Amino acid sequence: MLFEQIIFFAAALLAIGGALGVVLLQNPFYSVLSLVVHLIALAVLFLLLSAEFLAAAQVVVYAGAVMVLYIFVTAYVGGSDQPLRPEGGAVARLGPVFAAVLFVELTIAVVGSSLQVIDTRGAELEAGFGSPAAIGELLLGKFLIAFEAASYLLLVTAVGAIVLAGRRRGLEEVPGGPEEGTRAEAPRATEGAA
Amino acid sequence: MDVAWFVVLSAFIFCIGAAGVMSRRSPLVVLLCLELMLNAGTLALIAFARMHGTGDGQIFALIVMVVAACEVVVGLGLIVSVYRRRLPIDVDKLSELRG
Repeated sequence: MLFEQIIFFAAALLAIGGALGVVLLQNPFYSVLSLVVHLIALAVLFLLLSAEFLAAAQVVVYAGAVMVLYIFVTAYVGGSDQPLRPEGGAVARLGPVFAAVLFVELTIAVVGSSLQVIDTRGAELEAGFGSPAAIGELLLGKFLIAFEAASYLLLVTAVGAIVLAGRRRGLEEVPGGPEEGTRAEAPRATEGAA
Repeated sequence: MDVAWFVVLSAFIFCIGAAGVMSRRSPLVVLLCLELMLNAGTLALIAFARMHGTGDGQIFALIVMVVAACEVVVGLGLIVSVYRRRLPIDVDKLSELRG
């Protein structure tokens, strides 16, 4: 029990520290690395909640694949240091205030909740809760439609990413436009600079 | 640990992410903060799955992870194509999505 609490607070501190690092660090590259720390701490928390499969998926899919994508794009775009709030608008100034108010409200909602199980460790678990077998059985049985929808979403996203980032000269020119030449030149010039 | 601890932690992470989305200007960092918010939602879903002792919340969390991965791919594709056209990488200046 005590061991569990120690692990919870250590992982929670790491997760909060990683999250603060994402928001506060100026270099986007360090923000990405900070997010990796955050994601791994979250995976530990998932393990505490006996979601073994999701913890593994979090580490493999998020901290592995998605973060590599982020690092590539950050390296491509150039992780230039940007000032944190260079005269941002009203939205930027109100952001932290809004977040603080939201947190207070959510905490009041959780603490004052009439859910009685929320102040316990949760229901008794059956054997194999959160294991890949249990998840797979639910995913291909009760939640088959969600599974299929997710697969279509991934397909559409793959096509969309190719359309967005694909290198096709023909579509980048505006036919008949006066700046036809400059538009075709622009990407090449960028590549030279990069 | 009580489930309430996990839920409050997820609320805290969500609020950090919300503050980041509102106050950062680089679209890359805005996407990272969106990831924070989605992960906070995932944590809450898994905490409630633990509370009820059913696997349904975990399936929801898995689907949220899929949606987050899709969002990352489309968002990063947008950033790359914005960069190729030499537009400013700044959410305040990118106020329209016309090519």
